[in-house]
Amino acid sequence: MCHGILKEKGVGMMHYAWLIPVFPLITFLILLVAGRVLKEKVAYIGIAGLALSFLLSVLVLLERIGGETYTYVLNWMTVGENVVTMGYEVTALNAMMLIVVTLVSLVVHIFSKEYMKEDDRIHVFFAYLGLFSFSMLGLVLAPNILQLFIFWELVGLCSFLLVGFWYFKPEAAAAAKKAFLITRIGDVGLLIGLVLLFNRVGSFNYAEIYTAVEMDQLSAPMITTIALLIFLGAVGKSAQFPLHVWLPDAMEGPTPVSALIHAATMVAAGVYLIGVMYPLFLASSTAMTVVAYTGALTALFAATMALVNNDIKRILAYSTISQLGFMILALGTAGYVAGLFHLMTHAFFKALLFLGAGSVIFAVHHRQDIRDMGGLWGKMKVTSVTFLIGSLAIAGIFPLAGFWSKEEILASTLINGDGFLFLIALVTAFLTAFYMFRLFFKTFTGEFKGGDLNDPTEETFNEQAAWEATQSAEVGLDAGYEERKVYPNHQEVPENEPRENAGLMTFPLMVLAVLAVIAGFINAPFLGHQLEAFLTAGLNVGTQPHGALWLAFLSVAVAVAGISLAWAMYVKGFIREDFFSSKAPSIHKLFQNNYYLDDIYLAVFVRPTKEISLLLWEMDKTIVDGVITLIGSLTSRSGKAMGKHQDGQLQTYGLVTVFGGMVVIGLAFAVRGYFG
Amino acid sequence: MVSITLFLALAAILFCIGLYGVLTRRHLVIVLASIELMLNAVNINLVAFSAIGPFANITGQVFTLFVITVAAAEAAVALAILIALYRNRNSIDVLKHDLLRW
Repeated sequence: MCHGILKEKGVGMMHYAWLIPVFPLITFLILLVAGRVLKEKVAYIGIAGLALSFLLSVLVLLERIGGETYTYVLNWMTVGENVVTMGYEVTALNAMMLIVVTLVSLVVHIFSKEYMKEDDRIHVFFAYLGLFSFSMLGLVLAPNILQLFIFWELVGLCSFLLVGFWYFKPEAAAAAKKAFLITRIGDVGLLIGLVLLFNRVGSFNYAEIYTAVEMDQLSAPMITTIALLIFLGAVGKSAQFPLHVWLPDAMEGPTPVSALIHAATMVAAGVYLIGVMYPLFLASSTAMTVVAYTGALTALFAATMALVNNDIKRILAYSTISQLGFMILALGTAGYVAGLFHLMTHAFFKALLFLGAGSVIFAVHHRQDIRDMGGLWGKMKVTSVTFLIGSLAIAGIFPLAGFWSKEEILASTLINGDGFLFLIALVTAFLTAFYMFRLFFKTFTGEFKGGDLNDPTEETFNEQAAWEATQSAEVGLDAGYEERKVYPNHQEVPENEPRENAGLMTFPLMVLAVLAVIAGFINAPFLGHQLEAFLTAGLNVGTQPHGALWLAFLSVAVAVAGISLAWAMYVKGFIREDFFSSKAPSIHKLFQNNYYLDDIYLAVFVRPTKEISLLLWEMDKTIVDGVITLIGSLTSRSGKAMGKHQDGQLQTYGLVTVFGGMVVIGLAFAVRGYFG
Repeated sequence: MVSITLFLALAAILFCIGLYGVLTRRHLVIVLASIELMLNAVNINLVAFSAIGPFANITGQVFTLFVITVAAAEAAVALAILIALYRNRNSIDVLKHDLLRW
C-alpha cells in the first residue's frame, strides 16, 4: 500500500512546485506581522508574492507539457496497515489550475491595490488574499483527497473572512455566516465520502483510488454512494442547486474578492474536485446522471434569476452559478475536458466581468443598481471595451474563449446526454447572452441615470450611505472606527460624473480581456484540441465528445439571438422593457424572489432550528442549570447554617465533643452489646 | 476486701466533677485544675485495676507514673501559655477568647 517516500520521474522545476503556495503564505505571514506598519505598501508585497508564484507556475507548466506527472510524498501517519501521506503532485490538470489561480489572483491583487486604497484595513485585506491564494494553490497541488479536504476547508474560511470583510455592515456579516454554514452542509457530505473511501480503498491517494475503481475493488452501490457524497461537497462549494443560495449574498464582500473567490477559483474547486475524482464518477452511471441533471437545472434556474436582477454584482453571481452548472453538466455527460476547459475560460472572462463591474462601481461611487447607471461607454473607455469583450466571451461569440468551451459542453450534452439536457443547455446559452447584454446595455449605453454623484441627497442604493446609516446606528460597536475613514469613498474626485479609473485598475482588465479572447484557442479543433491531448494523456476518462460544425453555428446563432433581443429591448426599445414582466407577472416575481428558495429555507430549516434551539436553551436553563444551581445553593446554605455554630467558644466545642463521644460509645454498646 | 466498684465509682465521680469544671468554669486556671482532676480520676482507675483487678499486675502503676509526669509537663506548658495570653489579651476569661469563630 505504501509506495515509497519518493516517486521521482525527473527532477526539475516541478520539484520546486511546492514553493508556489509558499510565496503567498509568506506574504500572509509578513502582512500579519508587519501589515500595520507597512500600510499602503502591503499591496506591493502581495503582488510580488503572487508574481513569483505565477512565474513558477508558468515554468512548472512548461516542464509538465513535455514531461510526466511528478509526485513527491512523505509519510504522514500510519493507520493500521495503511499509510497516510502528504506531499504535492503536478498533474496536467493541476498544472493548468496553477496557472489559472496564480494569474487571476495576481491581477486581482493589482486591481485591489487601487480599489482598496482608501480602506484603513487594506493590510488585513491583502493578508487574507495571501492566505486564500496559499490555500487554493495547496488545494490544487494536493496529491490525495485528505490534503485536498484540509485546504478545501481553508479556502472556505478565507471566503468567510473576505465576504465579511466589511463586517460592520450587517448584511456582510450575515452573508459571511450564510456562505460558511451552507457550504458546511456540502463539506459534511464530502467528509463522509472521504471516510468511506479510506475505509474501502485504504488510501486517500488519487492514483490508488483510480486503481481500486478500475480493479473493481468497490461494489457498484458503494461507488455510487461515495461519488454522490463527494458530489455533495462540490454542490456546496460550487453553489449548485439546492445549495446555491449563499453565492448571491456573498456579493456583499469587496468586488475583487468576488472576482477571485466567487467567480474564478474557489467556486470552481467543486468542479475541480469532480475532475480529480472523475474515474469514480465514470464508474457510476447513477452518479453521472445526478451530476448532469443538477448541473443542468442549476444552469437554467440561475440564468432565469439573472434575467430580472438589477444589482450588477448579483447578476454576475447568478451568471457564475449558471456557468458552474454548465461545467457540472459537462462533467456529468462525460465531457471531462469540456467541463475543465470551461472552468478555465470562465475563470478568465468572469474575473474580467467582475473586475469590470468593480471598476464601474468604483467610478459611480459605490452604487450597484444598473438602473442608476447607463451611458458609461464614452466615459470609461477601457472598462467598457473590456467588459464588452467579457460579455461576448460569456455569451459564446466566435472566436472568443467562451465560444470554444460552451460549444464543447453542448456537444457533450448532445452526444452523451439526452435531448432534454441539450435543450436546457441551449436555452441557458440563450438566456446567458440575453442577461449579459441586458446588463451591458443598461450599464454602458443610453444616458447616465446616476444623477449628481457628489449630491448627498441622491436617494439611490448606495453602499456608502448604507454603511453610514449602520455606522451611526451602531456607534460604540467599534469605537476605533469612528474617527477613521475605513470605507472607500472618493470625495476628492472633483467632477460629479463617472470617469475612467487609474491604470492599476484598467491594466488587469486588459490582461484578462486578452485572455478572454485567446484562451479558447488552446482547445480549438483546427489547432488539434491541444488542451484535450494534454489533460487526457495517461488518464482513463473516456473519449471526449466533439460537436459537428452545425452545432458551432447553432450555438453562435443562439447567442446572437439573445444579444439581439437584449438590444431590441434595452437599446432600441422595439420591445418594451416590461413586455415580459407585464405578460407574466407571477413568473417575473418568482424569478425576482429566487424561486422563494431563501424563504423556504428560512421557514423549513432556519426557523424550526431556532425554535428548537430556544426550547433546548430553556430546558438547559431550567433543568440542567437548575439542578446544578440547586446543588450549589444547598451546599452553601447548609454551610452557612452549620457555620453559625462555630462560635469559637472552647467550652462549647468541649461539650459537643463529650456528647459526641457519648453517642459513639452508646452506639458501640448498642451494636456490639455491653462489654462485647 | 474492698470491691473494685467503689474505686471505679469514686473515679467516675471525680471525672465528672472535673469535666463539669472544664465545661462551665470561666477562669482558665480553674479549667486547668479541673483537667488535673480528670487525669487523677483516670489514675485511680489504673491503680485500682493494678491492685485488685481481674488481671492485676504492675503495668497500671507504671502508667500512672507516666500520666503524672505528662500531667506535670502539661501543667507547666499550659500555665506558660496562660501567662502569655494574659500579657497579650489582658484576660484569662475563657469566654473572651473566641478568635477562631466563623
